[in-house]
Amino acid sequence: MTMAVRVRGLRKRYGDVAAVDGIDLDIAAGEVFGLLGPNGAGKSTTVEILEGHRRRDEGEVSVLGTDPHRAARSWRDRIGIVWQTAADTPELTVAETVRHFSMYYRNPRDPEQVIDQVGLTEKAGTRIRALSGGQRRRLDVALGIIGSPELLFLDEPTTGFDPEARRRFWDLIQGLAGEGTTILLTSHYLEEVEALADRLAVISRGRIVAEGEPRTLGGRAVAATSVQWMSADGPRTVETDTPTRVVLDLAREFDGEVPQLTVTRPTLEDVYLKLIGATDE
Amino acid sequence: MSDTAPATVGAPAADAPRPEPRARSRGALRLGLARAAIELKMFFRERDQLVFVFSFPVVMLVILASIFSVQYHGTQVTVSQVYVTGLIGAGIMAVSFQNLGITIAVERDEGALRRLTGTPMPGGAYFIGKILSVLVIAAVEVAVLLVAGVLFYDVELPASPGPWLTFAWVFTLGLAASALLGIAASSVPRSARGATALITMPFVVLQFISGVFIPFTDLPEWLLRLSAVFPLKWLCQGMRSVFLGDKGAVLEVTGGYELGRVALVLAAWVVGGFVLCLLTFRWKSRRDG
Repeated sequence: MTMAVRVRGLRKRYGDVAAVDGIDLDIAAGEVFGLLGPNGAGKSTTVEILEGHRRRDEGEVSVLGTDPHRAARSWRDRIGIVWQTAADTPELTVAETVRHFSMYYRNPRDPEQVIDQVGLTEKAGTRIRALSGGQRRRLDVALGIIGSPELLFLDEPTTGFDPEARRRFWDLIQGLAGEGTTILLTSHYLEEVEALADRLAVISRGRIVAEGEPRTLGGRAVAATSVQWMSADGPRTVETDTPTRVVLDLAREFDGEVPQLTVTRPTLEDVYLKLIGATDE
Repeated sequence: MSDTAPATVGAPAADAPRPEPRARSRGALRLGLARAAIELKMFFRERDQLVFVFSFPVVMLVILASIFSVQYHGTQVTVSQVYVTGLIGAGIMAVSFQNLGITIAVERDEGALRRLTGTPMPGGAYFIGKILSVLVIAAVEVAVLLVAGVLFYDVELPASPGPWLTFAWVFTLGLAASALLGIAASSVPRSARGATALITMPFVVLQFISGVFIPFTDLPEWLLRLSAVFPLKWLCQGMRSVFLGDKGAVLEVTGGYELGRVALVLAAWVVGGFVLCLLTFRWKSRRDG
């Protein structure tokens, strides 16, 4: 499998603080990879190093086969960056801005199609200053994908979105992933990473503390499941590795419906909080 | 929106084999021209700024010329004519040094520059776009002042090509020096908020000591010497040679316009400004590290 991103032993210090403290990362071409972590965990620093916007102190980094720090202009043709909203070019219209940015790339997408894809067709002639926050964010995405990048960086893409806008944004990202774009997504919204990422890594204090598929991260798939029901003496909860057997036993005991039965696996959030809490000692 | 999106967009490879001209059109010069076009669009659409930039020198001209509406002794030159030429010089520098410097500082602070560094745009295109757009804005500024000068303050436009040639090189050198200094100065303020104060302050001082607001004939010797270090005095002096001509030469400290020296000092500032830009220019703001 070709690797879009390969990182070994990455380190970056700011003064006495190790922002990134020895990270290894492999992202396959075509994968949607989520980088999850609390603020200040080293997510942004890592992403900025991969984008070629920050120097590293130590380690090997290869992005699309190139060291981002030494990358030529042609490398920038192959990556796309969705910035956290910048308030630049307020006096230009959506269409003018997207069209202009398309000129920078060797093999741009059609500006009108991109505007359509991010759902801004009706706003194409509107000045950026008149857009809502969510619309600006979608414009940011349009500018990130206009060059038809092989690798797209999405840093906290839906901060400040309402739930519906977030859903639509997810659809957009899934569409891009379906076209084969490799995506590196950072977020502190767990459901977002769960919905979008094929694989994810949890980063805390500059280190990766867990890595895997959202479904199985941190032993989530095999972790104890809690079964709750209403017994004659009130609510009961059992933590078990064999929830099916517990439910079958209950069904026999109650001879049919178990009152107020719920079976809960740990959510990604439970796993995540345990993971980042575990490094808090 | 997105259910159909992937199908309509298609793989970028579908229309992949682009003809070569496409790649060639991405050169710094072509992109610089495209950037100049959007820079100008943005400038002329931002009405508050537009009104301020073009009306400020005219307002200053009206005020100053009505305070000192006399003729210099033994010459046919009026103080208001001197003001028109001085404000032309100051107007060129306002657009290129002050306005450009503040704009770039704001763009850096708001992440516009960082966004550009994430694209394959060659850095040169950005500067070409800035300088070309400033050139157009400065030309409009000069035209506005000249119209006001001709209509209300007896400024005579030169009839022969000689002075216009002088105008062309004084304008170009003065603009280039000021623009490069503006680009260099944009890196000094730590944030957009500080930019206006930090860049405007030295420019206002420079205007006072370079004979823009106070007739250069009234300035003490040491201030004249100080102002001779900076480009604005020479820019104004060059403009006086164009629009006051021989009848104003006696007013000059040395009795002449010293055009050779004007060219030399302005050219030196172009080189110095360029070096300063190379040494100081940052695409990222301080907090971007």
